[in-house]
Amino acid sequence: MAVEEPDVRPAGDGPLRCRPCPGGPLLVRGAAQVQGDDGTWHDTTRPVTAVCRCGASALRPWCDGTHKVLSQRGVNPIE
Amino acid sequence: MRLPRARGPLTERLVACLQRPPRSHVALARTDGRDAADDALALWILHELHYRGFEDVDDAWEWAPSLMSMRHHLERELEERLRAEYSRSEGSRSGQAGGDEDVVAVLHQLIEADDGPSLADHLLRDGTTEQACQLLRQRSVYHLKEADPTAWVVPRVVGRAKAALMEIQYDEYGAGHHDRVHQDLFAHGLAAAGLSADYGHYVDEARLPILEQNNALSLFGLQRRLRGAALGHFAAFEATSSLPSRTLARALRRLGLPDEMAAYYDEHVEADAAHEQVALRDVCAVLVADEPHLREDVLFGAWACLELEARTARDLLDHWAAA
Ligand code: FES
Repeated sequence: MAVEEPDVRPAGDGPLRCRPCPGGPLLVRGAAQVQGDDGTWHDTTRPVTAVCRCGASALRPWCDGTHKVLSQRGVNPIE
Repeated sequence: MRLPRARGPLTERLVACLQRPPRSHVALARTDGRDAADDALALWILHELHYRGFEDVDDAWEWAPSLMSMRHHLERELEERLRAEYSRSEGSRSGQAGGDEDVVAVLHQLIEADDGPSLADHLLRDGTTEQACQLLRQRSVYHLKEADPTAWVVPRVVGRAKAALMEIQYDEYGAGHHDRVHQDLFAHGLAAAGLSADYGHYVDEARLPILEQNNALSLFGLQRRLRGAALGHFAAFEATSSLPSRTLARALRRLGLPDEMAAYYDEHVEADAAHEQVALRDVCAVLVADEPHLREDVLFGAWACLELEARTARDLLDHWAAA
């Protein structure tokens, strides 16, 4: 499975800060939109949002912690 | 909320005393430590004076000097007991072995090594609606004040750790939307499930491990010197929330509980996936970089969170198995 590099863009002109977490999601701070699998853009509504990079979340584009299950099984594509 | 029912000689005297006007001298004999539930409820009542108090207690009791020595004594007993258990645990050995290792890595090891049973898994597989409701009633003791004990830590940390802690707290308190306050989402869920959403309503049936979970959170939050333990506890709590919340949301739907209740757990799947990262990396790691002497307390707090949840789970599972 390949690492998903989420498509993230700022919503409006606010500052956007993104930081990948080792083995886990991309942490996004600031008003942002994240692209889902079907190409639609989803607004973040939180001060800080975790965006899935492992591709296995049931809540994509958001992280739901499933990357930890992948790590336990040794199949997490993210370092 | 009114004062809970006494569970033993200590709470009998405390409850009777609090119903009178505050006095500077009261004769509250020390506990002999043999009635754990009585002691735990007494400490819970004393802590509650600092949250929302009781309708039948004068608010001036909160800082009455006559209560302080009792609170101090009960808190010290709880802290010493937890620290002794921690120092005998695997968790403390791996924490010490990892001397200079990144505190986030050691916290991850502690969390991954946690082998306590899962209430969510049980409810999904073979739980009953009555068991789910009992769990919700037990959880209500904390969830109706979710995030409040951690709020006390805010003035006690600085800079990046403070900013990151507030980022999570802000989300817990609805990020500016009064209808998104997590403790209120839980209350809506309870009401929709036909349970009481009144703050503190179910304390009379709170089991000992639930009272101790609450007391440890309040103890860590209320004492500045324990800020490391408070934030370690906080990080472990956030880091063990997403996956069980998802399971619990499924279990509640399977058992026919209303969507409002399951939605509370849905919210935590997504929110806590982010909170976990922030709490570990931006709160705990930064705190330990700022104040290296707090490292061991961060690990102790994380251990306490995992251990007290494991005890709660074992207690309820044993109780259900025996029924
Ligand atoms: S990165 Fe967390 S579920 Fe994919």
